[in-house]
Amino acid sequence: MTLYHKFRNVTHQDRQALITGLLFISPWIIGFLAFRVVPFFMSLYYSFTFYPILQSPKWIGLANFRNLLTDGRFVSALYNTAYYAIFAVPLGAFFGILLAILLNMKVKGLSVWRTIFYLPSITPVVATSLVWLWMFNPRGGIINYILSLVGIRGPGWLGSPEWAKPALVLMSLWGVGTAVVIYLAALQDVPRELVEAAQLDGANAGQQIWYVTLPMISPVILFNVITGLIGAFQYFTEVHVMTGGTGSPADSTLMMSIYLWESAFQFFKMGYAAAQAWIMFVIVVVFTVILFRVSGRVVYYGGR
Amino acid sequence: MASQTSAVALPHAGQHRHSARYQTLHGATEAMKYTVLLLFSAFFILPWVWMVSTSLKNPQELVVWPPIWIPNPIRWDNYVQAIGQAEFSRFVVNTLKIAIPSVIGAVLANSLVAYGFSRIRWPGRDAVFALVLATMILPGFVTFIPLYVIFHRLGWVNTYAPLVIPVYFASPFFVFLLRQFFMGLPIELSDAAKVDGASELAIFWQIILPLAKPALAVVALFQFIHSWNDYFGPLIYLNDKALYTVSLGIANMRTTYGFMNFAWIMAATVMSVVPIIVLFFFAQRTFIEGIALTGLKG
Repeated sequence: MTLYHKFRNVTHQDRQALITGLLFISPWIIGFLAFRVVPFFMSLYYSFTFYPILQSPKWIGLANFRNLLTDGRFVSALYNTAYYAIFAVPLGAFFGILLAILLNMKVKGLSVWRTIFYLPSITPVVATSLVWLWMFNPRGGIINYILSLVGIRGPGWLGSPEWAKPALVLMSLWGVGTAVVIYLAALQDVPRELVEAAQLDGANAGQQIWYVTLPMISPVILFNVITGLIGAFQYFTEVHVMTGGTGSPADSTLMMSIYLWESAFQFFKMGYAAAQAWIMFVIVVVFTVILFRVSGRVVYYGGR
Repeated sequence: MASQTSAVALPHAGQHRHSARYQTLHGATEAMKYTVLLLFSAFFILPWVWMVSTSLKNPQELVVWPPIWIPNPIRWDNYVQAIGQAEFSRFVVNTLKIAIPSVIGAVLANSLVAYGFSRIRWPGRDAVFALVLATMILPGFVTFIPLYVIFHRLGWVNTYAPLVIPVYFASPFFVFLLRQFFMGLPIELSDAAKVDGASELAIFWQIILPLAKPALAVVALFQFIHSWNDYFGPLIYLNDKALYTVSLGIANMRTTYGFMNFAWIMAATVMSVVPIIVLFFFAQRTFIEGIALTGLKG
């Protein structure tokens, strides 16, 4: 049956509803086409072109992609982004769940604790970055001072190529509050009877969490890990503010997004930048699909 | 069904709670719980203390070892300097010029679209809505280069248009959030109005929107915070310093004025955070409910 026939077969009332419905969602339709679909294909096209923004794009086939593979800075950017994602996403999930479980244990003053953990995640990232920049300062910074109190000589953090990325991961944990609130809401939805049944069967606290609580909130964990991963691949503002847009020292914090921004807006190599964006996009899609596949065996959707 | 099970299970759990072994164990876990929470809180509170402390220091006190917690004398002058020399007040006005029209646009556009996806039943609706959700995972970096080219050709670079206009075309996240809320409102409300001959637009405007105020508040809050905090958009589209927003302006202060002036850069940072904290304390429940709503049903 063709679309036309389908359309003819629907009742007059349905057709009326269709038109009204489309009118209501028309802002989204226009925005979707203008700000998503068109740019999406334009960037695919640009990735095969040489395009300094003031001239028109010139088709160069796969040259951008071939150059990227041998571009040492792009390879470091890939490595740095992967490093950041591999540490920041799982650690964020771990501490987010841990804090949420603690807050779900009938604590006194829940809203106070929740505020303490949540506030940093709505703080302007620029503010966060500047404060942590100053906390990490080896001369007079508070972090190395606290470490010195327990007899540790702190590293150079953002000034040291080995310690700059761990510093960023540590800082990212300060923004774990949104995840805490989401996990906490999910935990409060876990039926009490399930946990109590496990208690009666002699499960200890650890077993209750591992066999009952975590499976029940696993869809929420998956959702958070996927959005966290997409966020990690686009990790930009912190590094841009803290390193003045350079990814220093020695490119150790040069993220894919930073290199992309630099290619596009410092050197105006739009085609080269678009090719990077597409590599990033493919990586994100592949990881999302893998996560969904793997999680299919682990995530419990409660018969939904 | 569920409540029946709990009615059976509860007395047992209650008896269990009175045993001596349970009491000791319970006391130990209680103490552990609060110790761990306090340790984590220290980590979360430390940057705030450091931020305020640094903002009140003299330049000489910035790099002293061991670090100073309470500056002597307390230098309020840093705030005066940040407002005056760095033109912080103009950054604020500029940011509001983006944030206020964005909030209006987000509330209007997203509620219209969400209404179309929840209160009207049209063929193919749910398939289209799945497409809306799918676009959520499209990283913004894929589209921003062509968008920049488009806005550049339109002559919108170095204006607020690229930061405001797209908001008027709805965002999947907010549509999802509002649709969730609209679906929870009884359908009889619309049916009754339709019997009286009201159009969908009239139902939307006169019945649904007034009832949706809590959800609209969530959208308004999140959009305001997004506009206030946004760095990447202003960084790309605003070249003229006179147009800089709070986030962009403060970040720029760090490269312009350097480390010796970090105290009054921190003063500006504190001032950039205050509106967000004030908003949070006025609308704490709205925040928490909004966050929970978006995270859970995903």
